[in-house]
Amino acid sequence: MRYLPLTPDDRAEMLARIGVNSVDDLFADIPAAQREHELPRLALHKSEMEVERALARLAAKNVPAGSVPFFVGAGAYRHHVPASVDHLIQRSEFLTSYTPYQPEIAQGTLQYLFEFQTQVAELTGMEVANASMYDGSTAAAEAVLMAHRVTKRRKALLAGNLHPHYRATIETVSRYAADDVVALAPVPTGGEDIIAAIDAGCSCVVVQSPDVFGNIVDLKPIAEAAHKAGALLIAVFTEAVSLGLIEPPGAQGADIVAGEGQSIGNALNFGGPYVGLFATRQKFVRQMPGRLAGETVDAEGRRGFVLTLSTREQHIRREKATSNICTNSGLCALAFTIHMSLLGKTGLIRLARANHAAACDLADRLAAVPGAEVLNDTFFNEFTLRVPGKAADVVEKLAARGILGGVPYSRLAPKAGLDDLILVAATETTTEDDRAAYAAALKEVL
Amino acid sequence: MNREGRGATTPHIVGGISAGPVTFTGNRGLDLEEGLIFEIGRTEVTGVDIAEPAPFKDRLGTHKRTAPLELPGLSEPEAMRHYVRLSRMNYGIDSGLFPLGSCTMKHNPRLNEKMARLAGFADIHPLQPLSTVTGALELMAELSRYLLELTGMKAVALTPKAGAHGELCGMMAIKAAHAARGEAQRNVVLVPESAHGTNPATAALIGYEVRSIPARADGTVDPEAVKAALGPEVAALMLTNPNTCGLFERDVVAIAEAVHQAGAYFYSDGANFNAILGKVRIADLGVDAMHINLHKTFSTPHGGGGPGAGPVVLSEALAPFAPVPALVATADGLVLVEDEGSAGAEQALGRMSAFHGQMGMFVRALSWMLSHGADGMRQASEDAVLSANYVRACLMDVMSAPFAERPAMHEALFDDAWLAGTGISTLDIAKALIDEGYHPMTVYFPLVVHGAMLIEPTESESKASLDLFLGALRDLAMAAKAGDKERFLGAPHYAPRRRLDETRAARAPVLRWVRPEPLPNAAE
Repeated sequence: MRYLPLTPDDRAEMLARIGVNSVDDLFADIPAAQREHELPRLALHKSEMEVERALARLAAKNVPAGSVPFFVGAGAYRHHVPASVDHLIQRSEFLTSYTPYQPEIAQGTLQYLFEFQTQVAELTGMEVANASMYDGSTAAAEAVLMAHRVTKRRKALLAGNLHPHYRATIETVSRYAADDVVALAPVPTGGEDIIAAIDAGCSCVVVQSPDVFGNIVDLKPIAEAAHKAGALLIAVFTEAVSLGLIEPPGAQGADIVAGEGQSIGNALNFGGPYVGLFATRQKFVRQMPGRLAGETVDAEGRRGFVLTLSTREQHIRREKATSNICTNSGLCALAFTIHMSLLGKTGLIRLARANHAAACDLADRLAAVPGAEVLNDTFFNEFTLRVPGKAADVVEKLAARGILGGVPYSRLAPKAGLDDLILVAATETTTEDDRAAYAAALKEVL
Repeated sequence: MNREGRGATTPHIVGGISAGPVTFTGNRGLDLEEGLIFEIGRTEVTGVDIAEPAPFKDRLGTHKRTAPLELPGLSEPEAMRHYVRLSRMNYGIDSGLFPLGSCTMKHNPRLNEKMARLAGFADIHPLQPLSTVTGALELMAELSRYLLELTGMKAVALTPKAGAHGELCGMMAIKAAHAARGEAQRNVVLVPESAHGTNPATAALIGYEVRSIPARADGTVDPEAVKAALGPEVAALMLTNPNTCGLFERDVVAIAEAVHQAGAYFYSDGANFNAILGKVRIADLGVDAMHINLHKTFSTPHGGGGPGAGPVVLSEALAPFAPVPALVATADGLVLVEDEGSAGAEQALGRMSAFHGQMGMFVRALSWMLSHGADGMRQASEDAVLSANYVRACLMDVMSAPFAERPAMHEALFDDAWLAGTGISTLDIAKALIDEGYHPMTVYFPLVVHGAMLIEPTESESKASLDLFLGALRDLAMAAKAGDKERFLGAPHYAPRRRLDETRAARAPVLRWVRPEPLPNAAE
């Protein structure tokens, strides 16, 4: 077996040194009645070539985004990631290292986490960011729990245009923690009245912008109303690239920002692993979940980095911790950081403009198809298309014509009664030909 | 034994090496200092060529960014150099033996990386039509089949994103099951003292009161102590098995029976599953739920702290409460049930996160399982356990190993009794190991042992590699007992950084870079 270095002779010598006759003696504490003597009913070991063949066969049954005109978004976006990003994250010293609990030999990880935290804070317009969460949805759920700790209240108000999976993730953990959630109904055209629903019992208002339908939301009046009621504004985003062009939540009064960072540096991966971005105000830092890298000096006075404020965390505080999170998304955060370092301000703004331009062009083309209607006044790289009949059928018919045309909202929220809406995304990876092909196919389908 | 294999001819350097001159740059040959991107990058530079779109009418309304955006850019050569230099300040499994107890730092086969990057896995979207991702669903089903065969359990929830997230999923399933039985009043969870911190943190997160169970003298949990703590208010026991002392809980069957008899459920923390792969099916031990850290046992890389994946296997009693999405086999093939309450997920506990779980990790884990096969997986567990026992046997005469009357499982636990009177602590030993070229073992965990040192060699080390490590540790032990304090108290001497001031970091936290104030004019 190519991964196991011990030889039969080694094993015999080691058993002799331990002073037992067989390896089974080492498993003597497993009750005899329960010990397995037969091998599991699974195939025996395979060569690298055989494994590659088996998995390639499965992969070949899927339609990769890059092989077709592709317009699927709704929380995960296909962007071009520079080749150097994937090369660098596969450096052994990054890929095969552990959580940096021994800082003297983990300065590489700790320094990039410090860079990551700074980039996330800058991008979101916030004061501090942590070293990552699992993904955007779990970051949003953690943000709600944090708001409860800060305000000592236990009710979250969720905007109707929050991604339904995010809503379900927050509702699930809240249900088991016996916290209240009030979720408003979706308003696909935007302009929902969240402020009217804020009351003195709310610990937080959770608002996504751009929202799940693509509308850009003015967070400022919501923040003001929340603060007046003693609640926090939690701003959510699912498309980090949008912050290159639109006003960041930090500049609009958000208290906590929870977002999905996948679209910078990370592939689609069928939904994971992704990277949750989590930022807040300096004054709330001790209520934050997750790891934090901080600057310090070593015994010779040189600058260095360590994990800090760990008295918030489970391995120290156990049942009094701010969160149970341990493993996070370190390597995905590294991919984010490298891609963002390559982009810089100049590249990020250009990338955002390329996305917005592609989406504007597509929206104009699709709006011109008889029967189709674009609902948005504002959007970044994703908008909502109303079609006659069932959106899910239209998307299937488009797929049959080789176009992956978006996400039927009904797939995310089957019970919402919004069966004629398609969420359509266009990133810099779409070409003019792709967009023309979409409009032509839609015309055939409708 | 100490000096076999590679490095045996290296002269033992007494008294250290010549320090040499202080360099002007702060660099020392291949040891290169590296600034932050904020110090070396510039906002007007970019390493990505993106064409400026033709003029168009934007649809941003009044929401255009006015806030500053101080993100420096690097050209590609600068970025490569920056991150390669950072990587060289890190220690990984590929650098050397990484005996971090409870973390299972085993070899990460590169085949798995290659497979996860196939366009058919990496470049598919979680919400594209299911008819275009049948291979992905098949892969998830195949991974599920492997996990269920290895554990004997009834169902698996694939979506949890790491071990702690899996714990949360399992404990929510338990809470849902009690609620469905009309026993929502059960509000206490029993957790042994030796448990990982995530166990009590998870239980507390969903409103459970945590009650601690002491360990008995041999390092395991006494079924009588569990029985004494059980009652109508107890919802579950969370037990790590093998436990964090590296021992198999030999009374686990009796413990499970007592838990069930009291109407509670048995949650098993699967962090240490690597010790028992193919040796025992946890269903046979009475487990109701267990998370499996794919990034430990099944070798998806730790990546400096993640991403992980924490699928949860469930017993028949808990299976109906598995979260959405649920993969259901029907006559028409595999169906992904994505909505709570739909057919196939009528009693689902809810949703753990957006989308369908850590697909990238599923591919890597299945690749590892297919490579090893039933025979290789069992051999891996046996080698991991053999290596840990070998480590303990070879160090028993110079260090103190509590609970050594029982066989170790996949990790060897030592305490600091052997350091008494030396003025040298467990932390000092760890830092001195860094100087010797090793990543330290886990220190000060589990909490039930004073000054704990937990060594998990895994199955990935050759005997020669183990012997070199053991030689280094024996030499250190002898030096400590001989009073060579300077070697320890100042360690590490040869790492990219000396010991770092953690108190200062926590007292006035600096969590992001800020542009320094301009220097006052030197002429003033």
